[in-house]
Amino acid sequence: MTEFAQLLRAEWTKFRTVRGWVIALLAGAAAIVGLGLLPGLHGSCGVHGPASDCTVPTGPDGQEVTDNFYFVHQSLTGDGSLTVRVTSLTSVRPTPEPGHQAPGTRPALIPWAKAGLIIKAGTDVGSAYAAVMVTPSHGVRMQDNYFHDTAGPAGSVSTASPHWLRLTRAQDTITGAASTDGTHWQTIGTADLTGLPSTVPVGLFVTSPQYGRIAHRGFAVGDETSPSLATAGFDQLTRQGMWPDNRWTGQAIGGTAGAGPLESGYHQDGNGFTVSGSGDIAPAVSGEAGLGTTITQTLVGTFAGLIVMIVLATMFITTEYRRGLIRTTLTASPRRDHVLAAKALVIGAATYVAGLAAAAVVVPLGPRILRGNGVYVHPATSLTELRLVFGTAALLAGAAVLALAIGTLVRRSATAVTAVIVVIVLPYLLAISVLPAGAAQWLLRVTPAAAFAVQQSAVRYPQVDNIYRAADGFFPLAPWTGLAVLGGWAALALGVARYAFRRRDA
Amino acid sequence: MRWALRAEWTKLRTTPGPIWLLSAIVVLTVFVGTAAAATLPGSPGEGNVDRVKVSLTGVQLGQAIVAILAVLVIGTEYSTGMIATTLTAVPRRTTVLAAKATVLTGVVTAAATIAVLGSLLAGRLVQPGHGYRPPSLADGPVLRAAVGSVCYLTLIALLGLGVTTAVRDSASAIGIVLGLLYVYPIIIQVVSDPHLQRRLQQIGPMSAGLAVQTTTHLSSLPISPWRGLGVLAAWAATALLTGGVLLQRRDA
Repeated sequence: MTEFAQLLRAEWTKFRTVRGWVIALLAGAAAIVGLGLLPGLHGSCGVHGPASDCTVPTGPDGQEVTDNFYFVHQSLTGDGSLTVRVTSLTSVRPTPEPGHQAPGTRPALIPWAKAGLIIKAGTDVGSAYAAVMVTPSHGVRMQDNYFHDTAGPAGSVSTASPHWLRLTRAQDTITGAASTDGTHWQTIGTADLTGLPSTVPVGLFVTSPQYGRIAHRGFAVGDETSPSLATAGFDQLTRQGMWPDNRWTGQAIGGTAGAGPLESGYHQDGNGFTVSGSGDIAPAVSGEAGLGTTITQTLVGTFAGLIVMIVLATMFITTEYRRGLIRTTLTASPRRDHVLAAKALVIGAATYVAGLAAAAVVVPLGPRILRGNGVYVHPATSLTELRLVFGTAALLAGAAVLALAIGTLVRRSATAVTAVIVVIVLPYLLAISVLPAGAAQWLLRVTPAAAFAVQQSAVRYPQVDNIYRAADGFFPLAPWTGLAVLGGWAALALGVARYAFRRRDA
Repeated sequence: MRWALRAEWTKLRTTPGPIWLLSAIVVLTVFVGTAAAATLPGSPGEGNVDRVKVSLTGVQLGQAIVAILAVLVIGTEYSTGMIATTLTAVPRRTTVLAAKATVLTGVVTAAATIAVLGSLLAGRLVQPGHGYRPPSLADGPVLRAAVGSVCYLTLIALLGLGVTTAVRDSASAIGIVLGLLYVYPIIIQVVSDPHLQRRLQQIGPMSAGLAVQTTTHLSSLPISPWRGLGVLAAWAATALLTGGVLLQRRDA
């Protein structure tokens, strides 16, 4: 047996034979499992019989989508095209106190409100489509099948600067084009809608996602959200191809037309149209703009487990100093690098395995319990679930190694434990509670708390308006990048600890 | 008691740790508060931000250092075996704990006062650039936030002292205290039942205790400012009492 293997065995024996530590390790894992399976969340999905089931529509690829808009359409058979001029696009949202007098509206800037032309496989929710549209803040876009988004010319529309849009069908290929003068056209993109029926509804559409803003109020960072309604003006409508019914039908897709000031609908005046709609045609998201929660929620026990692992890892070195055992350890194996490396490996592996076991229970079971309680949990791919399990384990191991390194450096348990908790847990807590968004994002990029990104299961889409913040499970860094930030800190601390450990008297 | 007080004061004064920790309380609290105040959005229309509360964000970090100090005041005695000497010199154990609590209260209150006033002053220096009326101690709510924050930090120290006396180990004690302070509010975030969540916020040491920092939108608080501080005081008293009883009953 090599010297290092013996050292590993010695350190493992030290760890395994302290009964309190083994109990603490198991308690840490139990805390993750317990808090993950605790039925803290209750929802209303499916608890009042099958009719109350929360179903999120799925798109052509089987992924969850949102499909709500107002559609003014008629049938097109075979190839053809539709051209229109968009002269205005504005959004409103309800005034704060509805119900008192006549509820009113006030203007709102909805960056991703949409107005334009759409060709859709049918009028049922979630069917395939391709659309070309103007938006208030993101210029002209061509989108298809909920997930694909192509940018066209920039700029918003107004009466002074209208935009012409054109949607052309040739077999299964849909081409979107835009123009600022009606004569010079720019192709934005094409969409391949394989299997599109020969007769499909084509027409004008308007939709406006939920208004959302983060507001600081009282103890917590609150948010202000409300539905919104967009109204667009269209004229100079021209059709090419075979349009058998020759009359327009207005229809609210994916829900009702609403009522009161937010009622969607359309008004035709010769060749001009005014269309109002509310909703979005986009991937379904969790958080403020969406519904339900994500698997990340079930891993909240990680924070409790983390504290236990940090205390444990710190004690793994500080007790040696406290009891003077360190002198025996260093007499037995004078190579101090190896001692530190063996300790890091043992505590890293122990916390990793404990975290892995706990997360492997919570990730499959937690969402099932939540769904049983009537909470809508966004499904995640198996790959994401695996990342959550292994990421959580790595997060705990990284924090443990960081704690060991800082414990070696400062040699005092209280200071070391506090330092690690303050750099890992506190930034997250501040980010989800008091800090303004900018500072919160910054903290979650540079501090070891960035590692919580590895637990993100919600997906962020640039073309969906939402409040993307840590409290809703959206982190500023990519999962593995976030974990790498913690890894970097742990490696740095271990390097400094190694230097100090070699230089100092024990 | 006078001798016990004097002994505790000497122990605190003559070890290098506490001076560093007390300075760290002031520096970190003021630094974080200033940094948070500097990131506030510049538009005057943003009327929802509680500027005083943001200036006092540093208390959330400062309390961790307060907790270290409190834990070390008795934790080091256990780790070095000094506790045996202390109890030989002053056999009345409640007197020892009372003396430690008194000395700790004194130094933490002093450091906390400097830290809180420094944070408010720094907040004033950073914020006029944004064009707001600076917070002044003459305003009732601002004074309450300032005095309340000092009391908050002092109560955290007593909570730490009580927990450490009960568990007799620095690492576990600081883990328990910081878990109560930092992890509790994260975990109750996922409770979706608003009624239950509010209840849990009302009994959490940090979520209830820090209510005293709020100066605007008081009606949205889970608990009124002074009552919230009372909840933290109850936590601290329970911890001290448990620690005191265990100290009395157990071998050191």
